[in-house]
Amino acid sequence: MDVFEKLRILTDAAKYDVACTSSGVNKKAIVGGIGSTAASGICHSFAGDGRCISLLKVLMTNVCAYDCKYCINRKSNDTPRASFTPRELADLTINFYRRNYIEGLFLSSGVLKNPDYTSEQMIEVLHILRKEYRFSGYIHAKAIPGTDSTLIAQLGMLADRMSVNIELPSQNSLQLLAPDKSKHSILAPMGYIKNRIQESSTDIIKYRHAPKFVPAGQSTQMIIGATPDTDFQILNLTEGLYNKYKLKRVFFSAYMPVAENTLLPMIDTAPPLWREHRLYQADWLLRFYGFTANELLDQQHQSFNPYVDPKGNWALNHMEFFPMNINRAPYSDLLRVPGIGINSAQRIVTARRTTTLNFDGLKKLGVVLKRAQYFITCGGKAPNGLKITQDKVLRALLSEKSLGMFHRNFPLQPESEQLSLFEQPPMIHAKLAPEDMLKCLNSPI
Amino acid sequence: MLKQSNLIYLYDGSFDGLLCCVFESYDKKEIPMEIILMAMHQTMLFPTKEIKTDYPKANRVFASIPTKMGPQALDFVRLAFLTCYTQKELYILLFLRLGYHYGPSVMGMLTDNVVNTLSKAVKHLNNESNLLKGFVRFSVTNNALVAEIEPKNYVLPLLTEHFSQRFPEERFLIYDKTHGMALVYKPYQSAVIPIDALEIPEPDAEEQSFRELWQLFYDTIEVQGRHNPKCRMTHMPKRYWKYMTEFDRPPKKSLPRLESSRSVIK
Repeated sequence: MDVFEKLRILTDAAKYDVACTSSGVNKKAIVGGIGSTAASGICHSFAGDGRCISLLKVLMTNVCAYDCKYCINRKSNDTPRASFTPRELADLTINFYRRNYIEGLFLSSGVLKNPDYTSEQMIEVLHILRKEYRFSGYIHAKAIPGTDSTLIAQLGMLADRMSVNIELPSQNSLQLLAPDKSKHSILAPMGYIKNRIQESSTDIIKYRHAPKFVPAGQSTQMIIGATPDTDFQILNLTEGLYNKYKLKRVFFSAYMPVAENTLLPMIDTAPPLWREHRLYQADWLLRFYGFTANELLDQQHQSFNPYVDPKGNWALNHMEFFPMNINRAPYSDLLRVPGIGINSAQRIVTARRTTTLNFDGLKKLGVVLKRAQYFITCGGKAPNGLKITQDKVLRALLSEKSLGMFHRNFPLQPESEQLSLFEQPPMIHAKLAPEDMLKCLNSPI
Repeated sequence: MLKQSNLIYLYDGSFDGLLCCVFESYDKKEIPMEIILMAMHQTMLFPTKEIKTDYPKANRVFASIPTKMGPQALDFVRLAFLTCYTQKELYILLFLRLGYHYGPSVMGMLTDNVVNTLSKAVKHLNNESNLLKGFVRFSVTNNALVAEIEPKNYVLPLLTEHFSQRFPEERFLIYDKTHGMALVYKPYQSAVIPIDALEIPEPDAEEQSFRELWQLFYDTIEVQGRHNPKCRMTHMPKRYWKYMTEFDRPPKKSLPRLESSRSVIK
């Protein structure tokens, strides 16, 4: 089998892994070596599906001893199998890197023989790259659940980022669909990596040249929509992972049906892309906007509103928080206004030191006034001629796409009629009578 | 406040030349209507004034910027000079006048028209250079790396550090077609030099096979069920595609159709 065929098979097998970031660490090339990394990460291309291509994302091998039902590489699947030799893969990486095609390597693998043997193969690739080529570019290595901790330690000394995939958001789902994995086998390496990162960061305080363990931190990913877990459960789990395991990122991947199985959604099910999108929006709110999972969803509201984004939804349900005086409000409050993001909030804080902001100025700072105007005042004044009605606010918060979706899903409502916010966000495909879902928000806005 | 005159300054296109315009503006207590390149000068309706580049004057202005309005303002102005904004010279002059008046706080006056305009131009420059850090595609010829780009802004000075740190042991060249300049590097030395044209030789067998491997990877990594060309286009505008290996395919074989059409013509 030639390299072309191997690359095709092993890329095809790896493409469902969503993480392809190269961020989190700044490094220069070492003397006589090649490669650097940028903390912001660099995208080298974008695939036809719009996802960033930063790293050469391949599997070491797609031969697998496990039989996870949702995975295309499962043992029982009849698919062509291939394996890279460590030398082949290292050479390919360096040659792509020299031509500036990639930022580094993303190395994952199916379980060949057993987890320890697989990890040894991966270490071999990283060893050739780091020691022989003196490569300082980005390397993301996957920890195979069940690997011995000494091997994980070796991998961690060579890689910039490591990840252990949670895959399914609950122990139940895991038992059903991935019988060879358990919550323990996933969380154990994650906890081990977390501890080593902490140890290594204290070592660096003591010895300047102490080797760094996984300097760009660890991440994980889970599959959305293969199991009945709700958004609320997933978001809480995400928050827990950030707090307890100090993860840098949690990735979500809408389930692409790749296997026919009674336990899984039908093969022709469309991937729940909008749900993935909402989860990412919420994930950003957790990491950068100071929200907590319980503010966004709760026991009564277990799934995201399909029409309004989580931040807009929170604002609509907390109108007592608004209108906010843009010239006075602290940074953390500014972040809660729909239409104001991290950048515009920072610019507001900077700009108002020298001047009093008005609506014209806000526009220059990049605030999306279409959304924000209903929630803010400048020097106690709302924009001229602005009428605040429930219908108007809601229209402003719905994107064009979701407005169209809203009308398609509720054809009983002619377009001229007023929109109203439902307290129970209906699932898009739910077949409930619209009037059951349309519980109007009666509180005055 | 000074009256805005209808005078046009002509300068030689260098940063020092522009600083001399600033000097002149203060010396003569006037604000020009426009600052343009001497080379672009044609007979004009409005009075023009040729500003000679005088290094002592330029150095005085240069040294005053960090002391009067902070080192950040100097970095900002130097970046602004690299942008493709058409009136950058005039706006840099106006910005510096603001800076001399308000001091370091000028950097925070984001709602001011001048500061806002220049910030947007600088943002455009930074965005483009960040994108190109990823989108530059080298070809290996004679063990040297060669690439071609066509940016709107003059990004080469911003790419120098990045690529020198990344490939310290390589010899490489990045040719900027828009500005007719090239960044050349050999171990531990880099320079940006003017260059007229660049012919990248035909790839040898090894180079060709890595290009094809990359194209294969690019095609395979896409999840077909999520095809989303619009999203790709927002992240990677089409004007960058021209020099990217993944889109550099030989035209699809449509020979049969050509022959048939020829027979129709006969």
